[in-house]
Amino acid sequence: MAENKKYKLSKRDRLNVAWRSQFLQASWNFERMQNIGWAYAMIPALRKLYSSKEDRAQGLKRHLEFFNTHPYLASPILGVTLTLEEERAAGKEIDNAAIQGVKIGMMGPLAGVGDPIFWATVRPVLGAFAASLALGENWLGPIIFFLVWNLIRMAFLWYTQELGYVQGGNITENLSGGLMQKLTQGASVLGMFIMGILVPRWTTMNFALPLSSVNLQEGEYIDFDGIAQMANEGALTGDFLQGVVQDIQNGVSTSPVEVTTLQNTLDTLLPGIGPLLLTLACVWLLRKKVSPITIIFGLFVIGILGFVLKIFA
Amino acid sequence: MEFISIILVLLIAFIAGVEGILDEFQFHQPIVACSLVGLATGNPTEGLLLGGSLQLIALGWMNIGAAVAPDAALASIASAILVTMRGASVTDGIALAIPLAIAGQVLTIFVRTITVAAAHAADQKATEGSFRAVEFYHLGSLVLQGLRIAIPAALILSVPAEYVTDALNAIPAWLTGGLAVGGGFIVAVGYAMVINMMATPKLWLFFALGFALAAVSELNLIAMGIIGVVLALLYIQFAPEFNQGGGGGGNSGGGDPLDDILNDY
Repeated sequence: MAENKKYKLSKRDRLNVAWRSQFLQASWNFERMQNIGWAYAMIPALRKLYSSKEDRAQGLKRHLEFFNTHPYLASPILGVTLTLEEERAAGKEIDNAAIQGVKIGMMGPLAGVGDPIFWATVRPVLGAFAASLALGENWLGPIIFFLVWNLIRMAFLWYTQELGYVQGGNITENLSGGLMQKLTQGASVLGMFIMGILVPRWTTMNFALPLSSVNLQEGEYIDFDGIAQMANEGALTGDFLQGVVQDIQNGVSTSPVEVTTLQNTLDTLLPGIGPLLLTLACVWLLRKKVSPITIIFGLFVIGILGFVLKIFA
Repeated sequence: MEFISIILVLLIAFIAGVEGILDEFQFHQPIVACSLVGLATGNPTEGLLLGGSLQLIALGWMNIGAAVAPDAALASIASAILVTMRGASVTDGIALAIPLAIAGQVLTIFVRTITVAAAHAADQKATEGSFRAVEFYHLGSLVLQGLRIAIPAALILSVPAEYVTDALNAIPAWLTGGLAVGGGFIVAVGYAMVINMMATPKLWLFFALGFALAAVSELNLIAMGIIGVVLALLYIQFAPEFNQGGGGGGNSGGGDPLDDILNDY
């Protein structure tokens, strides 16, 4: 079988592989992880390249070996492997070890690129933005999240697979070299910046512990009882109400007792200091290998104790 | 109407379970899943609000390597059912989401373990060169992952509404109040997980800058996003690790496509 005519995979074949690569993790198992998913994605190519039962069985066996990477970064690896399979089917000397070597060699570094970019930056940033819209009862939140994410993802799957297919082995150098490092670093800069904003803005933490309470003099607060009395007597005028609203807008207290809570004091010191310290404590605990679930339960315990002791509200 | 709602919710639950393992379309993310359940049950606003709140909590839940994260799919679907169909409040839903996420995590580990059998069955059929059989075991495993969410959802749906409200009302005030306070804190864990993934000593500078700018409430997230992208592009251009050997020559011009794009800015 030395002089086989070379079959080129058509664009349709490659699109088929790209579509199937979306199901890479369907049968994720603790033994060989994404192995069946990988074979599943390769099947359209194997079907075109090999016709005998024996060749097909060998092809399947070759692609059912251990494989695991970031699901989207499997695409460039698939692209390279498609090229290798094409050449092998044409009679070139490419043994199983070479194909497995390419897969294993690429999956580690590429997973290290995909996790920080997709899971740690794009999804949290997009998710946080969408959540802020949703909390304002704006339906654009989920719609933008879904459309933008899938647009980025599908474009990434297809174009990196094509890149791998066209460039073959050279891609490893390209992806693990300068380009990907720049992308990762740039994404991390954006991600850290946005996290710095989210921490103080969206952590709900209210130290309701009263530090001082002062009884205000008459005239320093809005006397609602007085207003109610005027209204009952029919003496309330529009001008008077307008004056009251203006007083409220100017920050005149609405209750006769002015309470200063710990939160008020912290806010004058540095807004968001509480959430900042909490987040840094979590970072520290995670680095000490404390599991996130343990931390979450710990925080619930602190929340309950703080609520009962009236430190938090 | 009720019947159609239940069918739709079970369908959404199945798709969320499928996506929880695939991690592609993101149907299992709270902001999508809870909103869909809200729409299907005729309480869209509650679903949307719950989805937004849970999304913030789940920001840092990611499957890395072989590690399995808390399960956003079961948390979103089950608490969305309780909120939109069983009269639980959004705050209750948030507090319930955490134990549900852990239950879902256990379930997905269970399914990922039994699919080892699928891998061996596929090996067997591969020796016969049967593409069909390999595809069957692959997609069959996916169905199991879908049922992993659809079955618990059906169980919750089969509990009468008054039991759920009674149970919720039986929770003492100190516990609900405390859980609400704790629920406000736990987004910090998600932030910390995301930060831990990215942080290097240099990058903490950008965190500090973001923290300081957060106090400027006139800057909304879109403006912040623009500032962040500008910072990132400037960083890539000027950071010494990307400019090695460019002592006098400026751009290296090594045929690096992103380099060329970035230099055009």
